[in-house]
Amino acid sequence: MNFELTKEQQMIKEMVRDFAENEIKPYAAEWDRTAEFPIETFKKMGELGLFGIPFPEEYGGSGGDTISYAIAVEEIGRACGGVGLSYAAAVSLGASPIYYFGTEEQKQKWLVPMAKGETFGAFGLTEPNAGSDAGGTRTRAVLYGDEYVINGEKCWITNAGYARQVIVTAVTGKDEKGKNIISAIIVPTDTPGFTINCNYDKMGVRASNTCELVLEDVRVPKENLLGDPKKGFKQFLYTLDGGRISIAALSVGIAQAAFEKALKYAKERTQFGQSISKFQAIQFKLADMAMQIELARNMVYKAAWLKDNNKPFTKEASFAKLFASEMGFRVCNQAIQIHGGYGYMKEYEVERHLRDIKLMEIGEGTSEVQRIVIARQLGC
Amino acid sequence: MNIFVLMKRTFDTEEKIVINNGAVSEDGAEFIINPYDEYAIEEAIQVRDKHGGEITVVTVGNEEAEKELRTALAMGCDKAVLINIEDDVEESDQYTTAKILAEYLKDKNPDLILAGNVAIDGGSGQVGPRVAELLGIPYVTTITKLDIDGSKVTVVRDVEGDEEIIETSLPLLVTAQQGLNEPRYPSLPGIMKAKKKPLEELELDDLDLEEDDVEAKTKTIEIFLPPKKEAGKILQGELVDQVKELVSLLHTEAKVV
Ligand SMILES: Cc1cc2nc3c(=O)[nH]c(=O)nc-3n(C[C@H](O)[C@H](O)[C@H](O)COP(=O)(O)OP(=O)(O)OC[C@H]3O[C@@H](n4cnc5c(N)ncnc54)[C@H](O)[C@@H]3O)c2cc1C
Ligand SMILES: Cc1cc2nc3c(=O)[nH]c(=O)nc-3n(C[C@H](O)[C@H](O)[C@H](O)COP(=O)(O)OP(=O)(O)OC[C@H]3O[C@@H](n4cnc5c(N)ncnc54)[C@H](O)[C@@H]3O)c2cc1C
Repeated sequence: MNFELTKEQQMIKEMVRDFAENEIKPYAAEWDRTAEFPIETFKKMGELGLFGIPFPEEYGGSGGDTISYAIAVEEIGRACGGVGLSYAAAVSLGASPIYYFGTEEQKQKWLVPMAKGETFGAFGLTEPNAGSDAGGTRTRAVLYGDEYVINGEKCWITNAGYARQVIVTAVTGKDEKGKNIISAIIVPTDTPGFTINCNYDKMGVRASNTCELVLEDVRVPKENLLGDPKKGFKQFLYTLDGGRISIAALSVGIAQAAFEKALKYAKERTQFGQSISKFQAIQFKLADMAMQIELARNMVYKAAWLKDNNKPFTKEASFAKLFASEMGFRVCNQAIQIHGGYGYMKEYEVERHLRDIKLMEIGEGTSEVQRIVIARQLGC
Repeated sequence: MNIFVLMKRTFDTEEKIVINNGAVSEDGAEFIINPYDEYAIEEAIQVRDKHGGEITVVTVGNEEAEKELRTALAMGCDKAVLINIEDDVEESDQYTTAKILAEYLKDKNPDLILAGNVAIDGGSGQVGPRVAELLGIPYVTTITKLDIDGSKVTVVRDVEGDEEIIETSLPLLVTAQQGLNEPRYPSLPGIMKAKKKPLEELELDDLDLEEDDVEAKTKTIEIFLPPKKEAGKILQGELVDQVKELVSLLHTEAKVV
């Protein structure tokens, strides 16, 4: 057992923290207000190689590990939840499925530019009538000759407005038991019939780009099928397992930011003739916050370590995602509480953390779905 | 061009400093590359990229400094040297550091040596100039611009906010002031490559130095935190009375006159 980060991991942590402190944090409140997607900042992140951390050099990445990637997500999330979400989604949902399941040709064509930070990719699973129940996908892809013709609708797809391609899940047939076969298909965003609207007015993660997709007779070559045509469902479950580690890391980052503000404020604020940090009621809140953040971070690292060592990590990724998002919500809530009336004001930038972190209990599988996943892993 | 950067691993002075048993406590403190040395590293990289050559980043310290050396390698330096004095030297000062660095550098034929203007911990600003003196080469401190044309070097120097333009020649030692450049972040590929770049570890023995040769020339009597800043005093009334009061306060209260 060794709880120490490697030198590379420490250097990555410091670099990303410095970058996020200087290039993201000062603008986070403004991006939250205007719901602007800071594309120039993402370009800089791309130049530093952040989008390629968990991919090998031959695919434009830097050959880092999942732990390094989780560290980067945490540090970016600590500065801005919205940028953190788009970063995590770009790597875990946009790029990873192509790395895991793509052919060599698909990797060269789609993964390499994403890993280098030159293009964005998105992952379109959720539909208006198929959220937690992803098996209820209604989007259909029918093979005509050498082309799939896709029709359907997707909602709340992160980064689609800036993406070069979206991996779209669609029903491609029925198995012998009459159950829908779901496949994943790479759809270039400039294909005729593919409409992308990014007009949602979100509660939080407002710097992140979120879109509705409409596919009307969208035709793509059949080589764009990703991975095994019959295992689309299994593939995206695996993809989501990895993504959950990043959502957990993002939750830790957002919670850490809220905690740091609360600790600082508690030391500065005087009521009843003393610093409120001297009141046991406040001390206990801060103690609980610090403890829960550290426990969540440890779980993130463990799940990432399991993944890096090719061991099963489904249950642990769900543990991490579920615990980190729920503890993060509590921490952000308490951070506002410690700020009293000031915390309720946007100026103090703590209420944003609560709005941002709420998504972590919903995206990439709700808390309820995490409990279903865990229970299933327990053999229930 | 044979370029050397002198780098120090320092305390992050933005952190709260705690004194324990007469020494600054290092427990849980963050350590960083001395910020002025980051300018030196960045400038070295820019000079190398323009004129060719190789950058060696050198530090005198202990094993812990490997991380900062690797960071310098990740930014773009080519080689690193750690002169580890942990087991040999108990008390060190600027003389110690400069003597060791000069001894290391004397047979390396440096064309250009870059250092930080000061280290933000001790803040003496002596190591750079002392090394240059010991090597017998010219030096310019607190530079904000560096142009190299053949062996002719034009340097802009910050003199308390004014600029001084100096022409000099290689070999040369300069110390970097804020404003010289914008240090880059080490990139991910840079960090991964840094692992494979050479990092040499030396001890006093390897430089044919004895502990006595580098014995500190200064002695630390006491370390204490500056007194807590008291609230200021705003004088009121007629200007003439204010001046009178101020003078008397300077005599009686502040006791500076
Ligand atoms: C900002 C944002 C970004 C997103 N980005 C993406 C993206 O990039 N790609 C993508 O594909 N999707 C994305 N999503 C969609 C997200 O994954 C879904 O919102 C999520 O999976 C939940 O689905 P739903 O919203 O349809 O809720 P529903 O599934 O309708 O759930 C509603 C409630 O019912 C509960 N529930 C449902 N089924 C059960 C059950 N069996 N047992 C107990 N409780 C249950 C849920 O837990 C929840 O509390 C994003 C969403 C948001 C808000
Ligand atoms: C939208 C809004 C409307 C408002 N309207 C009004 C209004 O109409 N009129 C009005 O007068 N005020 C109003 N307020 C002010 C409100 O009543 C105060 O915000 C509230 O009383 C808390 O005071 P505070 O914000 O100064 O927090 P603080 O008193 O500084 O408290 C900060 C934190 O310290 C804790 N704390 C403080 N003292 C102790 C202690 N002894 N032991 C343990 N914990 C302690 C608090 O519980 C809190 O968690 C309003 C506030 C808001 C946000």
